Amino acid sequence: MNHQRRTLLKASMATGTIAVALGAGLLTPQAVLAAWPKAAFDAKDVDEALSALLGSKQSSTSSDIQVEAPDIAENGAVVSITVKTSIPNAEQISILVPENVSPLCASYILSANTEGFVTGRIKMRKTSDVIAIVKAGGKLHKAKKSVKVTLGGCGG
Amino acid sequence: MAKKKMKIRAWTSDNRATVKAIIFHPMETGLRKDKASGKAIPAKYITEVNCKHNGKPLLTCLWGPGVSKNPFLSFRFKNAKAGDKLEITWIDNQGNTDTTVSKIS
Repeated sequence: MNHQRRTLLKASMATGTIAVALGAGLLTPQAVLAAWPKAAFDAKDVDEALSALLGSKQSSTSSDIQVEAPDIAENGAVVSITVKTSIPNAEQISILVPENVSPLCASYILSANTEGFVTGRIKMRKTSDVIAIVKAGGKLHKAKKSVKVTLGGCGG
Repeated sequence: MAKKKMKIRAWTSDNRATVKAIIFHPMETGLRKDKASGKAIPAKYITEVNCKHNGKPLLTCLWGPGVSKNPFLSFRFKNAKAGDKLEITWIDNQGNTDTTVSKIS
């Protein structure tokens, strides 16, 4: 049984022509996913990532954002992070780790019905702050929490 | 063959829904090396996750390689009732994709 061929067939059925084009090597995934901000995820520092993702690096510290993370993370490969915010009309929540190779970990675009609450698990290379940026009404609000990492989780 | 790609739990209380989901995915950063051969393991990570509630967009997650293996996602939203349809779709940097539909209880 040719497993690669089976996978390709399955993918083709799921996404139609895009997957066919991918399978034939005509398009790279990046070209298809124009919406995914590659520059922001490739950025090597926080300011650069924020500029590429949100168009601005100016943010003000806000007490309406709570970053819940462990004080000490034993395994940097799995650090559970919860960001809660009571800022009205929050549009986007981004999670950044300045000490990682690429600081931007994840960004969540909220809709009108979604509450300012997301939980996820991220990788951390070493002890660092975890920065949460909340975009609301065109402004950026920031909060951070320091997490001590005893075993790094970004490969190597 | 039928290996589960995603687990979703969603429930409501007071018009408000809580969603918890786990996607089974290796989330390779592309920085890790295979210890035996010394070659870099190619990057394979989820770039986008779309969540829809009764067909309407609810949450879009943009993820990079910094998200852990077998990513966990939890969020809450308003105006939900039991029996509503919740659809979660992901796509990774290699073009793999999966959609799982679940009912809110």
